[in-house]
Amino acid sequence: MDELRDLYQEMILDHGKRPRNQGRIEASTHEADGHNPLCGDVLHLTLTVDGDTVTDARFEGEGCAISTASASMMTDAVKGKNLGEVKRLVDTFIGLATGESSPDPNELGKLAVFSGVSEFPARVKCATLSWRTVEAAISGSDEPITTE
Amino acid sequence: MSTNGEQTLDVEAVRKDFPVLQRTVYDRPLVYLDNAATSQKPRCVIDAVSRYYEEINSNVHRGVHRLSMDATSAYEGAREKVQRFLNARSTKEIVWTRGTTESINLVAQSFGRSQIHAGDEIIISHLEHHSNIVPWQLLCEERGASLKVIPMSERGEILLDAYEELLSERTKIVAIGHVSNALGTVNPVEHIIQRAHARGIPVLLDGAQAAPHMKVDVQVLDCDFYTLSGHKMFGPTGIGALYGKEALLERMPPWHGGGDMIKSVSFEGTVFNDLPYKFEAGTPDIAGAVGMGAAVDYLDQVGLDAVSAWEAELLTYGTALLDAMDGVRIFGTAEHKAAVISFEVDGIHPHDLGTVLDREGVAIRAGHHCAQPVMQFYGVPATARASMAFYNTKAELDTLVVAINKAQELFA
Repeated sequence: MDELRDLYQEMILDHGKRPRNQGRIEASTHEADGHNPLCGDVLHLTLTVDGDTVTDARFEGEGCAISTASASMMTDAVKGKNLGEVKRLVDTFIGLATGESSPDPNELGKLAVFSGVSEFPARVKCATLSWRTVEAAISGSDEPITTE
Repeated sequence: MSTNGEQTLDVEAVRKDFPVLQRTVYDRPLVYLDNAATSQKPRCVIDAVSRYYEEINSNVHRGVHRLSMDATSAYEGAREKVQRFLNARSTKEIVWTRGTTESINLVAQSFGRSQIHAGDEIIISHLEHHSNIVPWQLLCEERGASLKVIPMSERGEILLDAYEELLSERTKIVAIGHVSNALGTVNPVEHIIQRAHARGIPVLLDGAQAAPHMKVDVQVLDCDFYTLSGHKMFGPTGIGALYGKEALLERMPPWHGGGDMIKSVSFEGTVFNDLPYKFEAGTPDIAGAVGMGAAVDYLDQVGLDAVSAWEAELLTYGTALLDAMDGVRIFGTAEHKAAVISFEVDGIHPHDLGTVLDREGVAIRAGHHCAQPVMQFYGVPATARASMAFYNTKAELDTLVVAINKAQELFA
C-alpha cells in the first residue's frame, strides 16, 4: 500500500473528492477543452486574465481522482500568477509528473504531492491533462487538447 | 488436463498449461481478470508458433521446396481446424483475417459496397463494440445508407420487439455481437437470425467474445457470417477468421488486391483466385494461423462444455460476492450472461480502482471497453470490468473482493 499512499496522498484524495474552482466563468477571457481519450476524462477550463495576470480559473468535467485533484490544484495555483509564470509552472509540473525532471519542491509548493505519479506510468496523463489544457488556454489554441 | 468425456474441468491442472499464470506482479500472484480484452496463451500455442519459426518457416502456396510445402500444410491444416471448430461446411468458408475487426470491415467493404445502396438500412444493436459500429458507419456514409440501432433494456438485453419493428424491406444486413464485451450479455442470436431470414436478410455475428467460452456451430445457428479473434481464444494476436456462407462469399468482390488472391494477372485484367484465397492478399500471418490452430485444438481438448459450465459457476460466485458488497453496482444483469462483470464502486473512479487493484496483483479493465454507447446508456464515463476465462478460480474472485475493500479503505 505504500506506493499507493505515495500516489494517493491525503491532499490528492481531498481535492479529488472536494474539488475547488468547479464551474464555468461566463465572461471568461480564455478557455480550452482537454480530453483523455483512453480514460474518457473530459475537462473544460475557463480563465479570466486581467492584463497579464490570471485572476480567476474554473473547470468542469469528469475524471478520476488524480485528474480531478490535478485540475482543482492547478486552478488554485495559477490564480494570481502572470502568464509567463503560469507557463513556467506548466513545464515544472509536467517535468515532475513524467519524472523527466526533479524540480525544487519549493518551486511547486503543494503541487509536490504529485511526485508519486511518475511511478505509475498509466496515470501520468491523468495528472497532466489539466496542465496541458491551461497551456492551450493561455496560448489561445482553439484545438481541444488531447493526451493521445 | 481435464477429462473431456465427463465435461468437468480441473482448474488447477489447466492453470499449469499457462506459463504467465505462474508469474507474480508486485510480489503477488497474478490474478488475471481481463480476458475480454485478451486471453492468456497456453504452452502448446507458444510452442506451435516457435516451432513454426524454428522448423518450417517459409512462404505458403508458392514454393516447390520442402519448407514451403510444410508451411503450406501447417497453414491450411490450421484452417481445417477452425473449420471443424465452427462446424463450417468447407474450408472455402474460412477466410484468415487479422481478427474480428478486420473480418467485419471485410464484410462491410466487400458485401456492403456491392450490395448496399442509397436508402438501404443496416441493423446493429446498442450493445455493440466499436468494431461492429464504425465499419458500418463508414459504409453508410459512403453509400448513403442508414444505420438502425436496436435499443437495449436496463438489464443490458436487446429489445426484440423494437428489433422486429426495425426490420423492413430496406434492411440489407443485420450485424450483432454474439456476446457483449462490455456487459457479458449473450444475445438471443437464434431468434435474431430467424427473424432476419424470414425476410431474406443475412446476419453477421461478431463472435469475438463468444468463441472462447461456448460451443459455436455456424450450421446450427445458420448465421451468414461469423467473426473470430485468435487472441481472445487463447491464440496469438494479429490473427483471426471470417466464416461466410460459400454462396455469399462467392458473390462478394475481392477486398484487398495483391499476391495470392489472383489466378493470373495481366495489365488487361486479372482473374481472381477461388475461395477463400480471393480474400487473402499478400503473405499472411502464417505463424499466427498455426498458433490459432493450436489454440482451437487446445480448446477441443479442454472441452467447451466444461469451459462453459465452469465459467457459469465463476459468474454466479463472483456476482454474489460483488452484490453483497456495500457501494458496488453491477451493470448488465441479463438472464443469459457470459462470465463478465461490469461494475462501479461508489466514490471511486474506475481508473483509480484499476490502479489500486493492480497493486494487489489483480488485472481488470477500467474504461469504456470500446463500447461508448453502452456507457452513455448507463450515464457513466467508464466502468470496471472483471472478465473471466476457464483458468480463473473462485479464490481469485475472493482476492478481487479483498482488493476492492482496500480501495474502499483508501478512498473512505
